[in-house]
Amino acid sequence: MYKAWLVFRKDIQQEFKTRYALNAIFLFAIVTLTAVSFSIGAFSAGPEILSALLWIILFFSSMSGLAHIFVREEETHTADTLKLVTTSSSVFLGKLLFNIILLFSVELLVVPLFIGVMNFVVYDGLVFVLSLVFGSFGLAGGGTIVAAIISKSNTKGALFTVLAFPILLPVIVSGISAAKKAATNAPFVSATSELQALFAFAVVIITAGILLFDFIWNE
Amino acid sequence: MKLSAKKISKDFAEKAVFKNLTFEAESGTCLAVLGPNGSGKTTLMRILSHLILPTSGTIEYFEHERSIPAERIFQHIGFLGPYLELYQDLSAMENLQFFSKIRSMKNFEPKIFKLMERFGLKGREEDAVKTYSSGMKQRLKYVFALLHEPKILFVDEPRSNLDEEGIRLVYDVLQDYKKDRLLIMATNDIDDLKLADMRVQVNV
Amino acid sequence: MLVKLLKFILYFVLSSVIYGAFFYAPLAKGLGEYTRVLYFHVPTAWITVIAFAVGALFSGLYLRKKILKYDLWAEAANQIGLLFGVLATITGSIWAKMSWGSFWNWDPRETSIFILLLIYAAYFALRSAVEQADRRAALSAVYDLLAFVTVPFFVFVVPRIYESLHPDPLVNTQGKIHMDGKMLLVFLSSLAAYTAAFVWLLKQRIDIIRIQLQLKQMEN
Repeated sequence: MYKAWLVFRKDIQQEFKTRYALNAIFLFAIVTLTAVSFSIGAFSAGPEILSALLWIILFFSSMSGLAHIFVREEETHTADTLKLVTTSSSVFLGKLLFNIILLFSVELLVVPLFIGVMNFVVYDGLVFVLSLVFGSFGLAGGGTIVAAIISKSNTKGALFTVLAFPILLPVIVSGISAAKKAATNAPFVSATSELQALFAFAVVIITAGILLFDFIWNE
Repeated sequence: MKLSAKKISKDFAEKAVFKNLTFEAESGTCLAVLGPNGSGKTTLMRILSHLILPTSGTIEYFEHERSIPAERIFQHIGFLGPYLELYQDLSAMENLQFFSKIRSMKNFEPKIFKLMERFGLKGREEDAVKTYSSGMKQRLKYVFALLHEPKILFVDEPRSNLDEEGIRLVYDVLQDYKKDRLLIMATNDIDDLKLADMRVQVNV
Repeated sequence: MLVKLLKFILYFVLSSVIYGAFFYAPLAKGLGEYTRVLYFHVPTAWITVIAFAVGALFSGLYLRKKILKYDLWAEAANQIGLLFGVLATITGSIWAKMSWGSFWNWDPRETSIFILLLIYAAYFALRSAVEQADRRAALSAVYDLLAFVTVPFFVFVVPRIYESLHPDPLVNTQGKIHMDGKMLLVFLSSLAAYTAAFVWLLKQRIDIIRIQLQLKQMEN
């Protein structure tokens, strides 16, 4: 675990010097938010459409930033170096932690902006926040393992979204549904199945990632 | 420390790079891997160091006649090659500290300074690796490869990018190293081969 | 000789299933001719699931043993799965048009099979993006298993959130099967015949793979 922490700290150090992933994901989120807000205005859409838009913005922003963490190691020829000094599980956990933090920081910026600009009224803050937290774990878990896969393939850019989208769809579907319920003042219990699904998905995909990552890293 | 490679073969894109290589090497010697460009020297180096798996065959390391398990082998290996880069955006110190900590080394700071000095990089510790010249990068890679005092050292193209003084320095270091440890070197250079005690020819 | 005989029997049974579905089995009470698509839709959907499960099994086997042929077997099983998945989608779509009024309306069942097809299309996209055989095998096996653990979420999560118009699969909540003897006979023999056809297709592909691998070995 300490080694995973070291890998994470190394990635943070690198990120602060280049800000590549951070810039990509933040700018993507802001650009899509602007496009959405600009094209449909502040008051015309109901909670159903707004929850879907929010998750679409979050999903595609994460697609623009999550792959970077592994692609960078391959492109700078440091993957072998890293392989020489540490275990595969510490690499995976370190990178996963990085992606989770990355997603959280984007959400911290984009979600309040979205709520403000789009007039998205959240009645049940707890359901909303929990769905975002669990959803981020799921997105980051799936995104990290798919990033590891595509970093070893020949075409990296477009393939990431193609591979990640169908796998991460349960997160998007449940996330949209939970956000909708949080915005329409439905009782808390009605959203439990979505929260359960998001939580279970995060647990399953992260476990599968840890177990399968070794086969990619030491291929 | 003894290396024993048995019948190793590697296919790349379904074509054989090399077939059925068998050899042994022990501490106190230098094993040279020879072959023309594109013949698979690098592939063989990466297989011997457990970075990639062979298509068939086994590579084992023995210490006092006991086989070292594959998951612990990296502790004993130092590796230097053109495709093995350090983190360009970080400083030399940040790089070396990260590698030392993650290798669970104790009291590594004096070792880092000592090696940096030996390879003529004193005073450049805090500079980002990307500001180094290619020769300095090669020297820094030697520091990375030797820092944890490995019992087996892999060197792919020992003198690439180095000036005359650098080459002399490296020969000194390698000569010293192979006295009691195992040095494996991939090269085509005749001068390099003066160090070699045994040779493996790839793809003849 | 035996294989030829089995092949002929398979041909005969599959033909009689088609005949039986249209002319032998009676219609369920109150339902139209379109219900006959059931005899083809359910078996194709069943084979889709079986084929993908077998594919995932081979993928797991590859990761365990690192023998290239298992990866090629997994590819073959997934190809067959994709083929039957498309057939199940088409036959289901015909049903949807006749009973719900449109070919496609994002019913949870339609959504989940669509996602399933998307996943395996992505699997083949990944395969085409990696040149080196052992690397391609490892990456696609990992993706296959990753996809396989997320599939249950489509089966359980999506229908729980959105209500489905799809009739209960095979065994419904009452644990009864609403079919009379003749319908059941055709239905069950269709299931059996499709399963046999799947096994035969997969065996053909595996034989071809073996020959291809032998050819490569001779070339080297």
